[in-house]
Amino acid sequence: MIEPLLPEPLLPETLLTVEGLTKRYGHRLACDSIGFTLDHGEVLAVVGESGSGKSTLLSLIAGEVAADAGSVSYRMRDGATRDLATLSEAERRALMRTDWGFVRQDATQGLRMAVSAGGNVGERLMGVGDRHYGRIRATALDWLARVEIAADRVDDPPTRLSGGMRQRLQIARNLVTAPRLVLMDEPTSGLDVSVQARLLDMIRGLVAELGLAVIIVTHDLAVARLLSHRVLVMRSGRVIETGLTDQVLDDPQAAYTQLLVSSVLAA
Amino acid sequence: MSPQGTVTVSAGTGYNFAYLDEGTKRMIRRAILKAIAIPGYQVPFAAREMPMPYGWGTGGVQVTAAILGAADVLKVIDQGADDTTNAVSIRRFFTATAGVATTTRTAEATVIQTRHRIPEAPLTEGQVLVYQVPIPEPLRFLEPRETETRQLHALAEYGLMHVKLYEDIARHGHIATTYAYPVEVAGRYVMDPSPTPKFDNPKMDDCPALQLFGAGREKRIYAIPPYTQVRSLDFEDHPFRVQRFDRPCALCGAEGVYLDEVILDDAGGRMFVCSDTDHCETRRADGHTGEAA
Amino acid sequence: MTPLLAFEDVAKSFTLHLRDGAVLPVIAGATLAVHSGECVVLGGASGAGKSSLLKMAYGNYRCPQGAVWVRDGARVVNLAAAAPREILALRRTTLSYISQFLRVIPRVGARAVVEAAGIEGGLPLKVARTRAGDLLSRLNLPERLWALPPATFSGGEQQRVNIARGLIAARPILLMDEPTASLDATNRAVVVDLIAEKRAAGTAILGIFHDADVREAVATRIVDVSAFRGAMAA
Repeated sequence: MIEPLLPEPLLPETLLTVEGLTKRYGHRLACDSIGFTLDHGEVLAVVGESGSGKSTLLSLIAGEVAADAGSVSYRMRDGATRDLATLSEAERRALMRTDWGFVRQDATQGLRMAVSAGGNVGERLMGVGDRHYGRIRATALDWLARVEIAADRVDDPPTRLSGGMRQRLQIARNLVTAPRLVLMDEPTSGLDVSVQARLLDMIRGLVAELGLAVIIVTHDLAVARLLSHRVLVMRSGRVIETGLTDQVLDDPQAAYTQLLVSSVLAA
Repeated sequence: MSPQGTVTVSAGTGYNFAYLDEGTKRMIRRAILKAIAIPGYQVPFAAREMPMPYGWGTGGVQVTAAILGAADVLKVIDQGADDTTNAVSIRRFFTATAGVATTTRTAEATVIQTRHRIPEAPLTEGQVLVYQVPIPEPLRFLEPRETETRQLHALAEYGLMHVKLYEDIARHGHIATTYAYPVEVAGRYVMDPSPTPKFDNPKMDDCPALQLFGAGREKRIYAIPPYTQVRSLDFEDHPFRVQRFDRPCALCGAEGVYLDEVILDDAGGRMFVCSDTDHCETRRADGHTGEAA
Repeated sequence: MTPLLAFEDVAKSFTLHLRDGAVLPVIAGATLAVHSGECVVLGGASGAGKSSLLKMAYGNYRCPQGAVWVRDGARVVNLAAAAPREILALRRTTLSYISQFLRVIPRVGARAVVEAAGIEGGLPLKVARTRAGDLLSRLNLPERLWALPPATFSGGEQQRVNIARGLIAARPILLMDEPTASLDATNRAVVVDLIAEKRAAGTAILGIFHDADVREAVATRIVDVSAFRGAMAA
């Protein structure tokens, strides 16, 4: 059973509070009154099948899609908790490119495909005003090494990198400003199994080392088990079940969760 | 500039003075005034179809038409030269539709329409430099979404512009952008100076003349008011530098000017001459000579 | 003396929604306490609910009825009602669990796996490193394997890594589910010794051991779980 070793949440304070988050597309409820809290350093997996609303939930939290109801509050670096809806667009964007990260399923959505690997990593630094080429490049090289991309690929654009490398580059690009919260939308899907394992292990290591809080959306229960402290099972826009990851996966209560767990192929 | 409220029809052509009708000119002038009020900001305007193809300076021509008065003296240059097809055509266009005086002498002109150069002779108060602009959006090559680039301008998020310069250095070891080198205007908006060589960027800074930019296909006007700070973007460890030429003009011997390479024969013979033909001719008339003269 | 771990009138059943909501009763009326220095071995036939009890003690299974008391320093926490974060905290400080199988983490070497468990349990890096090596040596895992990820190890080798992981940190409560099942006689004897040492150090141990020799060697008390079925309504 259980227990891939997970890092201890460093400061057991609430970092993010989601309340009553609701989004309707026509008659369809993509998210129906979703609520949860996330602590510093805590990893929450949102699992469910395609169309369950899990990716919409991530977009709502990031403020990329406007919610019909509900709120997202975040404890800013200055210690003040702010309702993200009250942030100005400039503040929201500044938050997103410094204290938050967003790793996308589709690397072409999360990277600048025409810009070199180094430029992709350096963008956030330049975005916060670093104007020293040598320093930006050194930091980019350092981060590429941390995500196991060879230094001689620093000037290659993502179009010349493999799928696994693109995802690792996304991670480096996001983590370069030392964010405290990272949203991940199916970061490993579509990759070969061995590549997935490497990426997952890397994410796991970085999360532990940096004490990141993570919300990871995945349909892969093994990913949830390996990375997350807690899990949120979603179906048809609703939270069906939530709790300690190994408890939900090993002793599922809801019929849907039991179906989900029993549908996994054992290797 | 033409006096307000007067409708003048140029003799012989049947067109209104300077081709555009007065309502259109007013619309363009409003856009120009707004552009002057917000230096470097791209003001949308309802660009008209002009009797020339896009890419031939339809934006610059509309701006010139909107500001031209009967007493103005017009100079038109293309790549610094007064005698190239584009320059000659536009000069003839305004001679025919507005009947204004034209000149090739920078010092004599009140309105200078240009493609790809700023004259070598210092511009003065009261002069207007009108740039023809193909692509006004400096961020486009990295961020193709217009909705997003507008946001970036609105929030002054210009990190992306440095990503482009970063890419240059990473690829070429130095900032290899030599044309359309991005500038920050009055400490606020980042602006594409149109495809002028970066050699000319320093001339835009604190310039006594009014600089207007017109993009016809893209329907944008922007401006640098006289005596405005214009700073070329760079990195602390890769500061902005203009091109240097290791020889003087072969015809007039001028140094510190922008030179064009001229191929002389099939045997590799070539020479470097002033791109600004007026500047070169003026110097030669004053008795300066280069090695080929 | 208060026990370190106590079940109080615990009942557990599984509702199988995929089988038309069939309810599978597992255990009822389970009351059991484990004190410091004790090694309580759960007995009873297969399916009697031994593993379920262990898993409830670790918070891995929910406990819908009754209470599972865990002493955490000066306070006593009911695991059945604890929030996920509290359960995770208890696993770091108080509860250790050794299962039958090692869930492998890709790309991490055997020694590093054990060492990380020590660090998570509060050991300083140096101590964790030394102790990980000591434990793997005692469990006869050849040193050439230490740097390799256990994924390619034999069942017995993986299980020894698993045991080392579970024992490295000094947590007051140790839960063991058939830890010796895939071990040979030599290594079974090592585990027996290790358990004795833990007990001597005051650890409260609750375990399942099918092997009669091991059971006899480690148990201070054997509790037949079948007794808890009597109270079941079915």
